[in-house]
Amino acid sequence: MAETKKPIIQMKGIVKRFYIGAPNELEILHGIDVSVWEGEFVAIVGASGSGKSTLMNIIGALDRATEGSYMLDDVVIEKAKDIELSQIRNQKIGFVFQNFNLIPRTNALKNVELPMMYAGISQRERTRRAKELLKMVGMEERMYHQPNELSGGQKQRVAIARAMANDPAIILADEPTGALDSRTGRMVMDLFHKLNKEQGKTIVLITHSNELAKETGRILTMKDGILYGDGEVTVV
Amino acid sequence: MNLMENIRLAWEGLRANKMRALLTMLGIIIGIASVIGILTVGNGLSDTVTETMGSLGASNIMVSLQEREDEYLANTMMGGEIEEENLITEEMIEALQERFPYQISGVSLSESVGAGQAKSGRDYANVTISGVNTDYLDVNSIDLIRGRDFQDRDMDGNRNVAVVSDKLVNNMFDGNIEEALGQEVVVHIGDEIYAFNIIGVYEYEASAMGYSTASEKNIQTALYIPVTTAKKLADAPEGYRNFTISASSADNSAVFATQASDFLNRYYSNNNDYRVMAISMETMLDSMDSIMSTINIALSVIAGISLLVGGIGVMNIMLVSVTERTREIGTRKALGATNGNIRIQFVVESMIVCLIGGVIGIILGTLLGYVGSSLMGAVAFPSVSSIALAVGFSLAIGIFFGYYPANKAAMLDPIEALRYE
Ligand SMILES: Nc1ncnc2c1ncn2[C@@H]1O[C@H](COP(=O)(O)OP(=O)(O)O)[C@@H](O)[C@H]1O
Ligand SMILES: [Mg+2]
Repeated sequence: MAETKKPIIQMKGIVKRFYIGAPNELEILHGIDVSVWEGEFVAIVGASGSGKSTLMNIIGALDRATEGSYMLDDVVIEKAKDIELSQIRNQKIGFVFQNFNLIPRTNALKNVELPMMYAGISQRERTRRAKELLKMVGMEERMYHQPNELSGGQKQRVAIARAMANDPAIILADEPTGALDSRTGRMVMDLFHKLNKEQGKTIVLITHSNELAKETGRILTMKDGILYGDGEVTVV
Repeated sequence: MNLMENIRLAWEGLRANKMRALLTMLGIIIGIASVIGILTVGNGLSDTVTETMGSLGASNIMVSLQEREDEYLANTMMGGEIEEENLITEEMIEALQERFPYQISGVSLSESVGAGQAKSGRDYANVTISGVNTDYLDVNSIDLIRGRDFQDRDMDGNRNVAVVSDKLVNNMFDGNIEEALGQEVVVHIGDEIYAFNIIGVYEYEASAMGYSTASEKNIQTALYIPVTTAKKLADAPEGYRNFTISASSADNSAVFATQASDFLNRYYSNNNDYRVMAISMETMLDSMDSIMSTINIALSVIAGISLLVGGIGVMNIMLVSVTERTREIGTRKALGATNGNIRIQFVVESMIVCLIGGVIGIILGTLLGYVGSSLMGAVAFPSVSSIALAVGFSLAIGIFFGYYPANKAAMLDPIEALRYE
């Protein structure tokens, strides 16, 4: 689908090894080839420990691949310096974590402002945009609340608003409903659909739930460090 | 990345852990408070000393007899009786003046009679009777308000005349100086009663060194009479154990002090017990100054050690803070914080801790310095430069001891940090 659009993510032969002690190396990803196009909503499923998060970290420029080439929105990631990776994470990526990772003792508004602060946006503009985003996720009434005053679902909505702060090219969500009950999980999923449909955001979602995965446009399956495309492996 | 945001974050962090923040700051607080306190008291003290000595006349040279085996001037100055044959005679002093007419502008001699009380009806004033020569008031910078100084005829005639303080006039003549002049003042010392005619009134200046708690009414001031009269009243031996030379110029007074003592010691070359010692005020001021700065340095070293300990405390707590906030650091990196952003955040936090500690320390130190200097009779406040120094020092400690933990935070691997439990 959407083959006419340009690929935002282009990975070829991505290998990831961890070195646990000098002689012991552990290969987690065995050569991943994948492309994700602008406006796609992709689900990655797979057993726990299969390497989904490891791949996601590489996609999100938090980690580097041991081998292979990776182009993210026209930037060759393996050639980028650390400081450039920071900038890429700030400008092109929006992370949503399973455990929310809101900054403690910092209210919802300030949390949403944070990526804009690192982007050097003026205080006035970032407050304006943060309020707008919190409104979009239905949290405008809670914007002065600290994370410990919010429920899990509310925290995740703030986190999604924060991920959207710098209008990233892609949203990466690693089991965003994993810590939520099904009803609040539903609300979070609805938010992703809304972002995908209304704003055309590219979204990569890791999930354990086949039902949630089926709602997306494309399902990729991770099995023992190998990523299978649509239809190649249908059941986890 | 803006500074205000960092300051806000640091402040929130400190507020969340007030007790810990305070304990962390304690070393800095104590260090800065002692530095400020010491500087303040030190300043007050050296001001006092300089002022007191300066008011005695910077060009003065004190000449005194010293026991030959006595190492210290003080022992002789305060010591007991000296037999009449050992005392410095008026002839020796006159010879000295003749030998050095250009270097000497005056010689002040004195003889103490004792402490007592001037009484008139219900009025009284506490006094010490001091016999002085004609140069005395000049040499010792005592200013006459009214009346006249002693003259040779007062000395030669052993006259019963007195120069009294304005305080005495306040207590006994309702402050009316005109009325006091020419009046008789009656002084009781033990069973003895003496009467003197007031010929002059001088302005009393509280000696900053001799701090007194006496009220205005009970304050003890000197009542000056001719030294010849005093010798007779006190039945004192001829000669003097000490006297003060006023040198024409302060510049070479230290050199002249040596010449004067060399000259006088020729009279003592055959004296096995005593010799003459002369020391210029310049030399005394210098040695006082060097004692002061030695004390200051010693105390500053102690304060410095306390600041070092405080800084290590700050470093320790910053390391704990970095560990506690590992996940936060990972999150910030995922959101686009550069290593530099993280480093600045923690350095600012450390600087804020030290700055707050420093400000508390400055306040405490000011109080300490105020109380300390008041106790020594010269109220002093820390100078602007010492406050600026303390603030700068606190910030420097914050940077120095905060850098290592901040750098550790900056260098964290974002994935490891996010996975941290
Ligand atoms: N830093 C690391 N060092 C060693 N092994 C790791 C490291 N990170 C992940 N792994 C291993 O890689 C495998 C895949 O982990 P992960 O990508 O988190 O799986 P998933 O997200 O699919 O559950 C796991 O076996 C995990 O233990
Ligand atoms: Mg995972």
